[in-house]
Amino acid sequence: MRARPSPLALIGLGGALGAAARYEFTLALPVHSGHFPFTTFAINISGAFLLGALLEWLVRHRDETHWARWLVGVGLLGAFTTFSTMAVELTLLARDGHALTAIVYATASLAAGVAAVILGLVVAGWRRPPVPAEGES
Amino acid sequence: MTFLGVLVAGALGAPARYLVERAARRVGSAIPWGTFVVNVSGSFALGVVTGVALTHGISPATRAVIGTGFLGAYTTFSTYVYEVVRQAEQRRASNATIYLLASVVIGTGAAAAGLALTGGL
Repeated sequence: MRARPSPLALIGLGGALGAAARYEFTLALPVHSGHFPFTTFAINISGAFLLGALLEWLVRHRDETHWARWLVGVGLLGAFTTFSTMAVELTLLARDGHALTAIVYATASLAAGVAAVILGLVVAGWRRPPVPAEGES
Repeated sequence: MTFLGVLVAGALGAPARYLVERAARRVGSAIPWGTFVVNVSGSFALGVVTGVALTHGISPATRAVIGTGFLGAYTTFSTYVYEVVRQAEQRRASNATIYLLASVVIGTGAAAAGLALTGGL
């Protein structure tokens, strides 16, 4: 029997890496108040694409409790992408009289986020014939 | 030092999200309430932290550790939009739409409430 590391430990490790990576991006690419928060947008959309691809790959390989789900899916990509920052950015844009930018940001995030997940699913083989189980081929 | 703090906070925030999602799954519902609860509560908390930071109640380093590290990792965008797509795929288009819009509207409202409470609005 193969030892399986605990999901919580893997999620914690992935969460540390994801949060640190997002922190570094926000330092490297700061967005000034009143502008479209492109850094959070790019982080969220790229993370949504990668999560779609990863989870569809795991579904197709019938291995939905694979360690990568916890380390990369729930931990790294879950922590790399963020919802709370987007919600506060939307509030501050609206507060400072940039309601149009806020609406464009919210709409673009939701539309591009959904599109990125779908693209990830397709890249990983969504709706293609199933992968043969081991030993079946 | 701030980087290390963000790293540790991320290591706590992501498992906290997982525990809330797991608890919500036991309740069982067509709408993934776990991620919804995580995102709305985390947005409210980040509103509070941002409001306190804007009025100089905490240092930029503390704001980065709690806000960017813990709350950033606790809340998630990728799982949220993934769940929307999976709901639509299962022909639950109205659930998908309600979940998509309710999360962003109520989440932003929660962030605004947190900011308002701490004088950030």
